[in-house]
Amino acid sequence: MQFFHDHILSIVLFTPLAGLFLLLFIPGERKNAVRWWGNIAMFAGFLVSLPLVFWFSREAPDQQFKFIERHDWIASIGAQYFLGIDGISFLLIMLTTVLGFLSVLSSWTAIEERAKEYYAMFLLLQTGMLGVFMSLDFFLFYVFWEVMLVPMYFIIGVWGGPRKLYAAIKFFLYTLAGSVLMLLGILALYFRYQADTGIYTFNVLSLMQHTWPENLQFWVFWAFMIGFAIKVPMFPFHTWLPDAHVEAPTAGSVILAGVLLKMGTYGFVRFSLPILPQASSNPKIVKVMVALSIIAIIYGALVSMMQRDMKKLIAYSSVSHLGFCTLGIFALNPHGLSGSVIQQINHGISTGALFLIAGLIYERRHTREIKELGGLSNVMPVYATLFMIITLSSIGLPLLNGFIGEFTILQGAFEVNWRWAAWAVLGIVLGAAYMLWLYQRTMFGTCDNPKNQVLKDLNFREIMTLVPLVLWAFWIGLYPKPFFDVLEKPVTAIVQRVNPSFYVPPPPVTATVPPAVVPESEPKAATHAPGVTH
Amino acid sequence: MWNQFFQRADYAAITPEIVLTIFGLGILLIDFLIREKRDKYLNAVTALIGLGMAGVQLVRFWRGSLLPLPYSGFGGAFALDSFAIYFKLIVLVATALVVLISVRYLEIEEAHFGEYYALLLFSVVGMMFMASGRDLIVLFISLELMALCEYVLTGFLRGNRRSNEAAMKFFLLGAFSSGLLLYGMSLLYGIGNSTNLAVIAGRLADRPSPDPLSWMAMITLLAGLFFKIAAVPFHQWTPDAYEGAPTSITAFISVAPKAASFAILMRILLVGIWPLRLEWQVLMMGVAVATMVVGNLAAITQANIKRFFGYSTISHVGYLLLGLVAAADGNPEGLTAVAIYLLVYSFMNLGAFAVIIMMRRKNLVGDEIDDLSGLMARAPGSAILMLIFLLSLAGIPPTAGFIGKYFIFLSLIQTRHYFLAVLAVAFAVVALYYYFRIVVAMFMKKPLDTVPLATSPGVSVALGITLGMTLIVGVYPQPFIVLARAAIRPFFS
Repeated sequence: MQFFHDHILSIVLFTPLAGLFLLLFIPGERKNAVRWWGNIAMFAGFLVSLPLVFWFSREAPDQQFKFIERHDWIASIGAQYFLGIDGISFLLIMLTTVLGFLSVLSSWTAIEERAKEYYAMFLLLQTGMLGVFMSLDFFLFYVFWEVMLVPMYFIIGVWGGPRKLYAAIKFFLYTLAGSVLMLLGILALYFRYQADTGIYTFNVLSLMQHTWPENLQFWVFWAFMIGFAIKVPMFPFHTWLPDAHVEAPTAGSVILAGVLLKMGTYGFVRFSLPILPQASSNPKIVKVMVALSIIAIIYGALVSMMQRDMKKLIAYSSVSHLGFCTLGIFALNPHGLSGSVIQQINHGISTGALFLIAGLIYERRHTREIKELGGLSNVMPVYATLFMIITLSSIGLPLLNGFIGEFTILQGAFEVNWRWAAWAVLGIVLGAAYMLWLYQRTMFGTCDNPKNQVLKDLNFREIMTLVPLVLWAFWIGLYPKPFFDVLEKPVTAIVQRVNPSFYVPPPPVTATVPPAVVPESEPKAATHAPGVTH
Repeated sequence: MWNQFFQRADYAAITPEIVLTIFGLGILLIDFLIREKRDKYLNAVTALIGLGMAGVQLVRFWRGSLLPLPYSGFGGAFALDSFAIYFKLIVLVATALVVLISVRYLEIEEAHFGEYYALLLFSVVGMMFMASGRDLIVLFISLELMALCEYVLTGFLRGNRRSNEAAMKFFLLGAFSSGLLLYGMSLLYGIGNSTNLAVIAGRLADRPSPDPLSWMAMITLLAGLFFKIAAVPFHQWTPDAYEGAPTSITAFISVAPKAASFAILMRILLVGIWPLRLEWQVLMMGVAVATMVVGNLAAITQANIKRFFGYSTISHVGYLLLGLVAAADGNPEGLTAVAIYLLVYSFMNLGAFAVIIMMRRKNLVGDEIDDLSGLMARAPGSAILMLIFLLSLAGIPPTAGFIGKYFIFLSLIQTRHYFLAVLAVAFAVVALYYYFRIVVAMFMKKPLDTVPLATSPGVSVALGITLGMTLIVGVYPQPFIVLARAAIRPFFS
């Protein structure tokens, strides 16, 4: 038990990989065995991550990062096998293990061809994604960040729709272009750190504590920004997303929307802000990032409204929702940041569920055209009910999760500049419009298409893929306190680093200009920091 | 006089070369004794024994138990240092892998003659002297020994027109480039009054700048070497020679002569014309960028897989030259990058060729990218191996190729060549695109034929070794980095 406790992150990380290894010994013709094993391995991956939930708040309460595992890996370049999580990565890891299992469960009947390879790819993908959220060493992080591209490429390219090859390679090239630039940024930091201290290290914690020259911070910020913004995706870099989502199989879309996009926002929160505080809080950069976020919110919503393809609509809605997340991040205050993380989880839940819902109807009708559907609530009442709940969660109805996230982000944005919040609210209104319109067109009215009249409602397995997400949505909507509690410490640490003036009482000078430079290491004033309470 | 220059230890220092020469001659004799066609594999076994013995001797040299390192023999013309040993070992291992994948292929091509292995060993002797040469004469003769064997091997399929044409082109252009090289060497000799690289460097340093004569010597010398490593604009022979040569020889010339030529190039740049480093750095930048552009862009449209790998090799040479650009600033990481890149490149490229060579079956040429279609459905193991090699060639972690590219980027950032670094990463993205054309064919297209692949124990062993190295260097590169750093130490002591 002690061993399990001390190596929990490694165990969570490599359980899917071990499952993949054993999967190789099952002959591919025995499809049911392959399916069972794929599901069991993913479920095991979820089970071993569960103890984190119980241990997390009790473990090392005074440490920023918990469950640390640290070993030398490539000593000659200073790369380490260094894992550790804080509240932010903890939530994202749980999201990954839950969505990973549900998406695999949802593909039981959808994947008939090359099932063994399919499950193998998902298991590999799972390890890649978990590694990204656990790594505290930049080199290790980069390895996982890239590893994960390969299985996703195959999931889209082999089991995808008619334009799968185009979508898959577009996804790969876009992301790769961003990540190699990010690699250059990482190397620039690596050298500068060596020049200043004489130590070669990729240790993120050391890099966070270092003071970088402002000039370097700007260049590295943009290098990181392109890498992360492509992944999010932020406004001008989003064009790969609709293609990838539309062509990917259902489970691929769920993981893509639910987890992969979060890596971009996670990158901003984990690396850009704390390592490059001066650049991230530079008014000009903040303006650019906020402008791009607001454009994404409104543009994504408007484009969603015009879609005829259900999956494409949900894909563009992701652009809009992720706009909220980046807006919250660059509000650079506790409300914005914690709202952003909560919203990332929310987006994983609701959009993941929406893609499952789109996939369920696609499996029955083999079309995603909205106009082909209509009046489905008459023939599929259970489906319609679950779809309703998820729709409401996605548009941010109070008592459901979306509301909590969006509200907190708006609060954070409003504290900085009310105009930001005003623009973002427009996005919420549009979001309600396109989602409800989608629901109306597909579910209500008369079911006059004979092909739709014979549709079967969901079976037990299909219901079970959605129920956990619905429950989670209600949990965050009704009682978000545990989530905010987990986030409080890491968010406070980041804000102290990136926006120290937030915790310093405003200077008595009546100047309208914000205090220019507040010396580093000023966390003493943070004792009266307003905790995030709800 | 004799005793003054050649000491007994000098002959100890070249024992690996002597062993290989004896084995090469031995194969020519043994070949007469083998009457049965199906017993010709014994020649391959003999070659492997020779390579193994030379390898063991080199490892003992590396440990420093036989001779004090660095050892300078034959009046300073021959250097036995960690750098030379490192490159000799790469050449030996690469050649051993080529021998392993040759046997079955040559049987299918009905060209299984003993001369093949003898020529391979002779060219290896040339390459080993290239890695050790510190004298213009030694360098030139060893280079020619290697090249002449290559020309013959390229045209080894006598009945095959493409093979003959390739050999002819390769020979004519090669002879021309040797002329250029020799011209540069004669100028250097005129400047330095010596054929010894270290002496030449001393004289060059004393000359007033600007000095058009030494530039002329540098440019012609490097042009000849650029031909050998297939750098743009001296790359035109590569796709033709690669396409026409027997596949096993394509694999060979894409790896072993590259390593040996880079050894020469580094020795000349970092010792012989080091005083001109600011000049050759500019030259290298231009050539490296042109090589990356041409190699990467031309690879996109190739349909023949051997031509494809020709251009892919050119693009890798572009990356290697970037490492030398960084080295011109006195950056050891640039040289480490070249050393490690050549190591991992040898394994991943030979691995890919080991898969390709299995596509050659009776009455099936199998050298178009389309021939790989649906490989996953026909031979999943080979398809997955090929995928790993391609990912490595594209530089995706955790494979060895990433470690190679990583050190190149690292050295460029360290020496503040940010523009080159951005260009290098941009072409890494292009590279992924064309390598994935093969992945698309293998995994997402329907098979065109159902003839089983030409597997053999030799190919399996080669695949095992290359796969193992591609993954081990990718996941745990530590010992190899230490090795590469030790190898380049002679230049930075």
